[in-house]
Amino acid sequence: MSLPDLLRRGSPQDCRPVPRFLLTRPQWGALAEDLAREDSTDLLGLWADPGMVHAALWAEGAPHLVSCPAPDGRYPALSPARPGAVRLERMIHDLWGHVAEGAVDLRPWLDHGRWPSIAPLSTRPGPAPYPVPQPVFLAVEGEGVHQIPVGPVHAGIIEPGHFRFHVQGETVARLEERLGYLHKGHIGLMLGKPVRVAAKFGARLSGDSTVAHAWAFSMAVEQALEVQPSPRAAALRGVMAELERLHNHLNDWGFVCNDAAFAFPHARAGALREAVLRACAAAFGHRLMMDRVVPGGVTDDLTPAGAAAILAALEVVEAAIPALVSIYEGHASLQDRVVGTGIVAPALVARFAAGGHVGRASGRGFDARAAAPYAPYDTVPPVVPVLTQGDVDARVRIRIAELGEAIRLVRALLAALPEGELQRALPQRAGEGIGMVEGFRGDCLHWVALDDGGLVRAAFPRDPSWLQWPLLEAAIEGNIVADFPLCNKSFNCSYSGVDL
Amino acid sequence: MQPLKRMLWPQLARGLFGKPVTDPAPLVPDGVVQALRDRLEESAQARLGRSLSIRQVDCGSCNGCELEINALQNVVYDLERFGLRFVASPRHADVLLVTGPLTRNMQEALLRTRDCTPEPCFIVAAGDCAVDGGVFRGSYAVLGGIGEAVPVDLVIPGCPPTPAQLLEGLLALLEAQVPAKPRQAGAG
Repeated sequence: MSLPDLLRRGSPQDCRPVPRFLLTRPQWGALAEDLAREDSTDLLGLWADPGMVHAALWAEGAPHLVSCPAPDGRYPALSPARPGAVRLERMIHDLWGHVAEGAVDLRPWLDHGRWPSIAPLSTRPGPAPYPVPQPVFLAVEGEGVHQIPVGPVHAGIIEPGHFRFHVQGETVARLEERLGYLHKGHIGLMLGKPVRVAAKFGARLSGDSTVAHAWAFSMAVEQALEVQPSPRAAALRGVMAELERLHNHLNDWGFVCNDAAFAFPHARAGALREAVLRACAAAFGHRLMMDRVVPGGVTDDLTPAGAAAILAALEVVEAAIPALVSIYEGHASLQDRVVGTGIVAPALVARFAAGGHVGRASGRGFDARAAAPYAPYDTVPPVVPVLTQGDVDARVRIRIAELGEAIRLVRALLAALPEGELQRALPQRAGEGIGMVEGFRGDCLHWVALDDGGLVRAAFPRDPSWLQWPLLEAAIEGNIVADFPLCNKSFNCSYSGVDL
Repeated sequence: MQPLKRMLWPQLARGLFGKPVTDPAPLVPDGVVQALRDRLEESAQARLGRSLSIRQVDCGSCNGCELEINALQNVVYDLERFGLRFVASPRHADVLLVTGPLTRNMQEALLRTRDCTPEPCFIVAAGDCAVDGGVFRGSYAVLGGIGEAVPVDLVIPGCPPTPAQLLEGLLALLEAQVPAKPRQAGAG
């Protein structure tokens, strides 16, 4: 049975902009079989609430939402058909206690055995295990294989996570990630809160993508309540999101060079990024523009001198890029480290439906701004760069191309900044919606369901890193340990974003 | 042949003779220094002098604090000119700069890091989350502030604190180590 046939048989639930189809368990099982046969449908997300499991799919240029009831805490697994579902199923088990039947991997993911209870978001949380269980890693067999455990506390100023390398000589035979150290209970904190309060958690899912996530959450709420933000609010959101893309890409480009021990671009990119952040602070009152995007619109207008500050910073960045590119390209010691390192095959990226620069460097041109256009990108569509080499260099070059594109978009948005109110009032009523916004890492997908009083009944923020982290394990395979920092920085997946 | 301005060496040479891009140092409020000075012992001053090695530990931050702490190392803030530097191991550190609401999953890692840090170990809680859990206070998964696990010597609030605020806090820690005698004129 094909996806459209399956959806027709499901019962449509009120969700915007697309209905959520409630399937029976056999129908969900048929969906899993259909996904195994059919490559064209992408799995964008998988999450749950106490009684049900939900999935977001992307097929034929549109999102589709499906649900499967899990009254007895069991549902047919999607991971045999879509590897991107593996960690999501493990996460669902740890938070809600639902078991994916036939799943590829049933080991714990977020739950390290240190919470007061197991399945904290289920209706009946159970007692925590004692003693705290030791993590189990996938084994590697072979002559001379040894392990290198790294983290959770790393040598640099980065987020905590554990990397278990199995190494033969200098070559990485297998990397396995163990995350979850940053689990703060985001979803639990959002439940029962008014949307303006819940938005604070959306904005703090991953600080480097605070604008994109706050926007995606706000978009989901606005869809649920059928509120359209004013053109001015939409344009200001676009300006903030592009500035966020700009400062993150500059940062990561510099860090990739630094991880190859090439300090100059790092120093230069750091100074340029600082100029962008100061312009953000001058224009929006916060360097990272945190809590500026809220359901209904934006909190603050551009300050009177804001536009000039942004344009001045853009000019400095734009003027510096050609020289930086030339230096990046012109030094063999640097090119030797990035070209051909950490290759992710296009077929693998397609199977995981990885977005952002990870996808676009390996031939998957998905960009939420173009694939599912939203204001203001419907009036100023972005040009989406796509490469197929899939190595560290390709991911850097996608970012370089996006720097120029972000500068162009900010200028276009500021040049035609429409008039209009900053915020529109939100009705206090029930509703359900999804929002997808392209952050610097890729598509940020938020789903929210509101109860009759307009409070959050259920929510799930899906950071793009869910579908990118597993590919880092593939990228480093067969490479040397010393190239791991380069690969890791070229991905720059969010730890906090997936640890929830 | 590339144009000169796109090559590395001319740019480096310009950097040598040009005006520095580094910001002037922020002034540290006296009250902060006094409070800290009172808490530090003579032995610490003797052993550390005017330099501090900092080990950063993320205990649940959203990574906003890490972005700003990283910015401290860029050429504009240039942390190292003050004798402050980030080190790769807690065994080399005088200061643990801790962020995040302290998740339950990070508690053991923080305690082990603390155990690896030689005495005297100053603990700085950076960011609103590290101070008292911030917006995450009350969640089943967090303990609610760094102080729940280890004694805190200095807090730097903010969500996230700006590099200037972080620098001010860290400088206060450094200033507090100078013995409380009249400073020589012109001494930096």
